[in-house]
Amino acid sequence: MTIRDALNAALREELIRDENVFIIGEEVAEYDGAYKVTRGLWKEFGDKRVVDSPITELGFAGLGVGAAMAGLRPVVEFMTWNFSILAADQIINHAAKMYYMSGGQFNIPIVFRGPNGSAYQVSSQHSQALEAFYANFPGLKVVMPSTAADAKGLLKSAIRDDNPVIFLEQETMYGMKGEVPDDEDFTIPLGVADIKREGADCTIVARSFTVPQALKAAEQIQAEFGVSVEVVDPRTIKPLDIETIVNSVKKTNRLVIAEESHAFASVGAEISHQVMEHAFDYLDAPVKRISTAEAPMPYARNLEVAALPSVEKIVAAVREVCYL
Amino acid sequence: MPKTAAGRKTETKSAKLSANGNNKTASKPEPDNDSAVTDVYDVEQAQAEYVKRRKSQLTAIKKLDKDLLGEMLYQMILGRLFERKCAEVYRMGKIGGFCHLYIGQEAIAVGSMMALKEGDYVLTSYRDHVQAMIAGITPEAVMAELYGKATGNVGGKGGSMHMFSKEKGFFGGHGIVGGQIGVGTGMAYAQKYKGTDNVTLCFFGEAAVNQGLFHESLNMAQLWKIPCIYICENNKYGMGTSQARAMSIANIAKKAEGYGMAGEFVDGMDVMAVREATLRAIERARKDGSPTLLEVRAYRYMGHSMSDPGKYRTTEEIKKYQQRDPIALFQDSLKEAKVFTDQDFEDFNAKAAAAVEAAVKFADESPFPDESELMTDVFAE
Repeated sequence: MTIRDALNAALREELIRDENVFIIGEEVAEYDGAYKVTRGLWKEFGDKRVVDSPITELGFAGLGVGAAMAGLRPVVEFMTWNFSILAADQIINHAAKMYYMSGGQFNIPIVFRGPNGSAYQVSSQHSQALEAFYANFPGLKVVMPSTAADAKGLLKSAIRDDNPVIFLEQETMYGMKGEVPDDEDFTIPLGVADIKREGADCTIVARSFTVPQALKAAEQIQAEFGVSVEVVDPRTIKPLDIETIVNSVKKTNRLVIAEESHAFASVGAEISHQVMEHAFDYLDAPVKRISTAEAPMPYARNLEVAALPSVEKIVAAVREVCYL
Repeated sequence: MPKTAAGRKTETKSAKLSANGNNKTASKPEPDNDSAVTDVYDVEQAQAEYVKRRKSQLTAIKKLDKDLLGEMLYQMILGRLFERKCAEVYRMGKIGGFCHLYIGQEAIAVGSMMALKEGDYVLTSYRDHVQAMIAGITPEAVMAELYGKATGNVGGKGGSMHMFSKEKGFFGGHGIVGGQIGVGTGMAYAQKYKGTDNVTLCFFGEAAVNQGLFHESLNMAQLWKIPCIYICENNKYGMGTSQARAMSIANIAKKAEGYGMAGEFVDGMDVMAVREATLRAIERARKDGSPTLLEVRAYRYMGHSMSDPGKYRTTEEIKKYQQRDPIALFQDSLKEAKVFTDQDFEDFNAKAAAAVEAAVKFADESPFPDESELMTDVFAE
């Protein structure tokens, strides 16, 4: 099953399971979703449960927050997370803070979801990875699946969660296939990392876009140098399962962080800091980060490739921390 | 909300005269620029219209239950005295942060909220103390919240701008200008989704009308027949900037036409007019979800917040609007309709004053929140 279909299955199962769940966003209904994540759901569930919104991000995000305060469980789709910046006031000032500033009276069970990060040559305003931005605000959970099974299990947990969840998919990964449990009670708890590949000599922490790259890099390193690389996928950025990451570093003594966002004040910077706090004495080399270049995303394909993380860049980083 | 550089100590009860002494003493203040906007809220005109509808209003008053009329008046007086006390204790340093007072606008909250039924929702901006009390949050809990005490309405976590009560259907207290317009639209959306005939009253100031979310929300509300009643409390000033200097047209109710929505101008000094307009909007909303935009014109007697020195308007202007004080107008009508006497008014005042004193005493004597509360209520379990 593809990640796209796994997300679709999660949405469908939760729509069936709880009548308070509804989906709202641009072209999610009649058009079947810009990236077809909501394919077939409007036909099956109708206008009430799957709602085409005007192109009005702040408006429908606000509508979602209010509906969640009043007991519904909205799933708000942003056609891409780049457009969520228009809705940031509702996500950050309203959804994230409502439970706290109401003294625990109004929780906001809402999922904001859609593709995050780069696609192919969609240029500066459509290529941003925003996880660090949203992870900086208390009150929001931030989730980034990298496999079809994770996509399904995490989305179901996100919809059932009583808090606002930022659910970041990756456009270029929608077609990636993987085994997905058919069980409609299959969920993956938020805040639990997954070791995507076991290894002994170096840890790569990767998420979303960089997980397949890290796995390929690990294979290459193994084949070329006989060095065994462990790939840890936190899956949830907030709350962060730092324990799994730290345990891996204590085992391998070396850490590379691969991320699609820019490096400055990134999630990788946070992980690096937490590893220093918890495993400083275990590190045999400085932590190395691979991130997107500190420039707006260019259009030209060669420049875009140069800007983004890649298997080659991750291999080079692993070689550097392993002194290969 | 931004605090002005002048700081909180410079609050004036009556606005200062401008530096050059060239204050307009005419009854109609001149707009501050050459735009086409004029002061359409003319006090004399409003009063003339008020006199015209007086007879029908007296009839309407006589039809209402005496207890309800008494409660309406009491809530207006309580709101007035409570807010005056807030200004007093704010100057004593008992209240921190921002503090936006409702004095002069009491008829809007009372007239509209007391037309609601069980299951209806209310939310408003940061100017929320009086709405919170009308919703049923006690003056003690509101004052203790202002004091940042553990016994406050939200345990000292929200303060002046963030009163909430899920139990009473009061959905806040929101600090971003216009942010609550989207939230209120969603609350009403949920009421319709669940198949109820309940409505949401969404209050905001006239300056919020210039925010994009106002337009985004009204479009969706009319498109999808969301039973939200948008109550624009036009108090003439967005912080320290007059409407004339910030909005290209003066008649906000007319903006409803742009969305095919029902819109109505209401005299916000006349509590019965507010009640009747709200009831018309409620009827539309309960019937098929149709939303309404009410532009309720009032006048903010105090500064935007306690830190506003009020240099942008004249004492004469304030006095002019105070001639049509909403409490005095309502009392005159109640007296003429022979519902209440001067003695009754004194009793209401005494009762409200005692409630305010009790609230202050309660707030003063309450403990601050335990420091362990810092990290509670970040996430729901």
